[in-house]
Amino acid sequence: MAKTYLSYNNIFSSLGFDSESVVENISKGVSGLDRYEDASLLPEPFCASLISSKKIEDEFNKIGDASKFTKLEQMMILSLKKVVDASNTPLNEKVGLVISTTKGNIDILEEDSNFSESRAYLSELGKIIQNFFGFKNEPIVLSNACVSGVMAISVAKRFISEGKYDHVFITSGDLVTKFILSGFNSFQALSAEPCKPYDKNRIGINLGEVAASVLVTSSTENFPKEAMEILGDATRNDANHISGPSRTGEGLFRSVKAALNEANITSGEIDYISAHGTATPFNDEMEAIAFSRLGMEHVPLNSLKGFFGHTLGASGLLETIVGMHSMEKNILFSSKGFSELGVSKNINIIKRNIPTNLHTFLKTASGFGGCNTAVILKKRTTNQP
Amino acid sequence: MSEIFHIKSYSHIKNQTVSVNGQTIYREESEDFSIFIKNAYKFLKTGYPKFFKMDNLSKLAFLAADVLLKDENLNEEENNIALIFSNKASSLDTDRKHQAAIENEAEYFPSPAVFVYTLPNICLGEISIKHRLYSENSFFIFDRFNAEHLQLYANNLLRRGKAEKVLCGWVDFDKNSYEAFLYLVENEGEIVHNTEEITRLYKTL
Repeated sequence: MAKTYLSYNNIFSSLGFDSESVVENISKGVSGLDRYEDASLLPEPFCASLISSKKIEDEFNKIGDASKFTKLEQMMILSLKKVVDASNTPLNEKVGLVISTTKGNIDILEEDSNFSESRAYLSELGKIIQNFFGFKNEPIVLSNACVSGVMAISVAKRFISEGKYDHVFITSGDLVTKFILSGFNSFQALSAEPCKPYDKNRIGINLGEVAASVLVTSSTENFPKEAMEILGDATRNDANHISGPSRTGEGLFRSVKAALNEANITSGEIDYISAHGTATPFNDEMEAIAFSRLGMEHVPLNSLKGFFGHTLGASGLLETIVGMHSMEKNILFSSKGFSELGVSKNINIIKRNIPTNLHTFLKTASGFGGCNTAVILKKRTTNQP
Repeated sequence: MSEIFHIKSYSHIKNQTVSVNGQTIYREESEDFSIFIKNAYKFLKTGYPKFFKMDNLSKLAFLAADVLLKDENLNEEENNIALIFSNKASSLDTDRKHQAAIENEAEYFPSPAVFVYTLPNICLGEISIKHRLYSENSFFIFDRFNAEHLQLYANNLLRRGKAEKVLCGWVDFDKNSYEAFLYLVENEGEIVHNTEEITRLYKTL
């Protein structure tokens, strides 16, 4: 089977509008989270990673008319444009487009929205992005809760493997809206303080908004230095509960096993785990149990939610891109918000930035509906096992 | 492993009718979805009380899957049947209910029992729990039924050994209009798994 690679990439977030500036901020320990009091979003104070609409519009007006696009469309187009331009790939019949989002333009359902309700349909979001760039193929929109961003990598790889496409651009994005904040708050899952994944004092999640994009390609030339090969990937359901994680970490355990199996490597060859780490008591405990069952307690692990909050359908792709840059720089980034272990297994949370030789990493995510996705990536330059 | 796969069985739920392999097994007088789906559930002896907590999309998807999977002699412990579902309206039917509960300050009352269904893939979780499917599941959104993408994706999972069988299809619920079409793909079967046959079956009823 042809190899597939993660290539050019972009992160559009409160920490910067390109991957390099964002990763630079992460390496300095700068978080995009802030405390907000905005009753139009939530009746009580909350902590989130937000991007100013004005800044996005100013940026967008350089390439188009911002008034014709929603905030999310502007973010996703700005993010994807950097990747399309950098890769210099002609958008012909062999180029696919995958869009990953959980809620898309959900803010259009608000009574005072300037856009018609039809814009809330995710296929409309797909068409708008397709038409902006002139993609030849109908976009594939993936909406699979919080694993969507990582699963989009699987989807791109699988369509390339079937010969449908040679290259697939993925763009992912979600907003912090009244809709999402009220929902997570009704679950009593929000923390009003910056979140603390895996920490003893963790109390819940922060939400964040971001757009992230990447090129997935079977081409063997024209790579940025952080490009990586996709070795294996899998999704597994917990078959347990629609809103709570499995107590045994069953789906996560199985997804990592299956991804390792396809990658044809052992868990000992994983240098780093970029985990989900939402900072809810149940999620983080579930992950600790799954990684312990996999014999991966010693593998350095972080959650990036302390930098961006939980960015829903974009989080998995965002965190994979940060992982690619971490590998390229040979630095493990500290798991922001963590100080004292608060899960029942002795997993190895990264407390401060560590320079070290890195080759291969595992990205995982878990979400509502009981889904769990794992992807294993390896530096393109290192020899095959 | 064989590169040619087959469609073993298929189901439709639309126009107040439940059918399996093109044969109607239940028809309802009422045009109201909630009455229709409740009566279909009873008639089919589904016997799964969690059904009544589900939102409309999950009820539709669950029943369309159940009429096929209950004939599969599934293992009680676990099964490797992937789910690849798609639709146009995502979870908008329930999204609108959640939005209505938060729109006005005076009547602000978001409910976790509603909010959890504001994701289209929740119906995949419901089906996985009932039938012990610790397997691949993906939910795609398309403007209309897209046989080609479903066929390629199912083929990939089967060819690469990522699933033993794949349950694919379309489950859409939007403003009391509803449509489900699911089909089970595996090695054995009478109908060849290609886009022409999928499209033919989709349009059968």
